[in-house]
Amino acid sequence: MLDALATLGRAGLAVLASLGRAHLLLAGILGGLPSMLIRPRLLLAQLYGIGVLSLLIIVVSGLFVGMVLSLQGHYVLSQFGAAESLGVMVAASLVRELGPVVTALLFAGRAGSALTAEIGLMKATEQLSGLEMMAVDPVKRVLTPRFFGGLISMPLLAALFSAVGVLGGWFVGVGLLGVDDGAFWGQMQNKIDFNEDVLNGVIKSLVFGLVVTWIALYEGYDAIPTSAGVSRATTRTVVQSALAVLGLDFILTALMFGG
Amino acid sequence: MARIRLSEILVGAFMALGFVALFFLAMRVSNLSMATASEGYTLTARFDNIGSLRVRAPVSMSGVRLGRVEAIDFDQETYQAVVTLRIADRYDQIPSDTFANIFTAGLLGEQYIGLDPGGSPDMLIDGDRIEFTQSALVLEQMIGQFLLSKAEDGGE
Repeated sequence: MLDALATLGRAGLAVLASLGRAHLLLAGILGGLPSMLIRPRLLLAQLYGIGVLSLLIIVVSGLFVGMVLSLQGHYVLSQFGAAESLGVMVAASLVRELGPVVTALLFAGRAGSALTAEIGLMKATEQLSGLEMMAVDPVKRVLTPRFFGGLISMPLLAALFSAVGVLGGWFVGVGLLGVDDGAFWGQMQNKIDFNEDVLNGVIKSLVFGLVVTWIALYEGYDAIPTSAGVSRATTRTVVQSALAVLGLDFILTALMFGG
Repeated sequence: MARIRLSEILVGAFMALGFVALFFLAMRVSNLSMATASEGYTLTARFDNIGSLRVRAPVSMSGVRLGRVEAIDFDQETYQAVVTLRIADRYDQIPSDTFANIFTAGLLGEQYIGLDPGGSPDMLIDGDRIEFTQSALVLEQMIGQFLLSKAEDGGE
């Protein structure tokens, strides 16, 4: 009985300690901002690795998500004789929800897992300790540029996803299913508000970018320095990022559009 | 050196692409390109019942959108809804005896304000009030009246 209680307590304390380490790491990462600004080349390399190399999967997924949305939306809307609202439906669901969320999930799989594996392996092969031996702070030198690379890339990728998705929806809706071109864009512009919809989507993607990159960096930095430990950390990054993104999305949606 | 230069170019292209996407969302998808709140002039109209009219609903004449509903208030003395309309500046030839109706777009669509032009030579200017209005048709009331008249027919 007491043993079970002790196990529960130990698990709870471990979670708290892990949360504490994650926040200390975040503080350390943010503290590295000035020294990163002196060497912008480090950030550039990460923007390339995190942002540019994610372009292909984001653009292709956005295109197909938009096309499928348009196809399914047309099927339902045409039953009510409201096929002209297709543009609104496609744009609203992309800009508000699917753009930020699907981009964040893909981002966690494409960039987050790579970050965790890279940093975990750096730790396992004692490259991080090597930096420390040379009196270089590995958090500032290695983690900070990666963090800001993710934070900057994510909103841009999400905006690209939404924009390509709208174009894909337009291609299917107007090009293949014969919805009127003017009604498609006109109703969309009528209903989609820049501050209400587009800016809130950008805020969402910023939050997701922060959370996913933070989880990925923390898991890599905190990984047990063995091959099994790095593998487990990479898995945890993807799972925890996905859960965090979906949970946060509900909270953000409730705050932004719920009232 | 050439590799760094290449990655610089690619990162630049990526960021430019992201901003182009944001710009596209702002101008083409959302309403940022349209007249914003500060443009145009305002008119007010009083309705006994506005149904489910909402702020930002369209205001149209002959089916062309002239402006939007800017605000909806309630007058506690006359128990009427006071609707403020913002009309674009280029539509400044609206006669003073214009009639304002609340219509529904389609059977279940959203409600909007439709203006019927009058014949007066005087035009409405900023701050004027549209005198002639007709309330929204509330579906429940119509069904109630219909049932009532049916019941009366049946009684005879």
